Amino acid sequence: MQAGKPILYSYFRSSCSWRVRIALALKGIDYETVPINLIKDGGQQFSKDFQALNPMKQVPALKIDGITIHQSLAIIEYLEETRPTPRLLPQDPKKRASVRMISDLIAGGIQPLQNLSVLKQVEEKFQLTWAQNAIISGFNALEQILQSTAGTYCVGDEVTMADLCLVPQVANAERFKVDCTPYPTISSINKRLLVLEAFQVTHPCRQPDTPTELRA
Amino acid sequence: MKQVPALKIDGITIHQSLAIIEYLEETRPTPRLLPQDPKKRASVRMISDLIAGGIQPLQNLSVLKQVEEKFQLTWAQNAIISGFNALEQILQSTAGTYCVGDEVTMADLCLVPQVANAERFKVDCTPYPTISSINKRLLVLEAFQVTHPCRQPDTPTELRA
Repeated sequence: MQAGKPILYSYFRSSCSWRVRIALALKGIDYETVPINLIKDGGQQFSKDFQALNPMKQVPALKIDGITIHQSLAIIEYLEETRPTPRLLPQDPKKRASVRMISDLIAGGIQPLQNLSVLKQVEEKFQLTWAQNAIISGFNALEQILQSTAGTYCVGDEVTMADLCLVPQVANAERFKVDCTPYPTISSINKRLLVLEAFQVTHPCRQPDTPTELRA
Repeated sequence: MKQVPALKIDGITIHQSLAIIEYLEETRPTPRLLPQDPKKRASVRMISDLIAGGIQPLQNLSVLKQVEEKFQLTWAQNAIISGFNALEQILQSTAGTYCVGDEVTMADLCLVPQVANAERFKVDCTPYPTISSINKRLLVLEAFQVTHPCRQPDTPTELRA
């Protein structure tokens, strides 16, 4: 491991980790990945070492500039403030509010309700419906919000933090077999983003810890 | 999202509490709710997101209604306990008088209401001395008092201070 390179603790399939991977790729920040397998060994996020790094026992966590940050949006906002180009938040405060609103809707309003640790508390036969409901409620709202904020992407015509949240959440929707036909705006923005290099190289199917059978 | 809060301001409507607060910070920058230093700002956002994204959504009304009634209290308690276990640890390295250093920040605005929720759900806060002492210090400040749930226009009579 090269001294001084940021270290990202990530799981290939974690949507929260993917958000940060995209931010690092867009900003051209070179980093090391330390894979944390959320399932193997009872979940490597529960190890003593990782818990010391992130007491929430979740990925992602980023070691950078002598500190460790967790919570994906806190990481992305730190990257934005310290490596400001290219921008991930618009200059105008009202547009920034839209970006944060959409990001928080996904990162606070959808994903936490369908993540692994919550699903494990739900009776197995209800887990899929639970996850689907979380996503459907959120996407119903998001589709409506995007009517007023979206251009090429979630907010206007530049890629923002909101887009970094959208793509991984749509991937989760697909994994949980949510029918995305009622969400044409979400779907078309997702499609446009997926062709961009930063979204491709950071895709779960191309990570150091992607299992062979899921590798692109 | 069919949730509160929502704020109509400057010709727009914003929802998601932290997006609202960050907008207020950017357009009405004094007094600050986020420190100047990016590393301290990261700590503030990390704590805020932990509470607003990692604890509260798991114990809010619409989620609890999906849990069988006899398990609802335990569910809410577990969400808060997991989060407070992590937060108590994090505050060891960030806290001064308040959550991050010695000035009130967005993190403190998240902490106090979450402790109130913990009390409502009968979570024993003895394992969280740092959370408890910061909460106590914040509650004496005017802004935390006048905005308290017991003093709102819609506070029911029997809960009014």
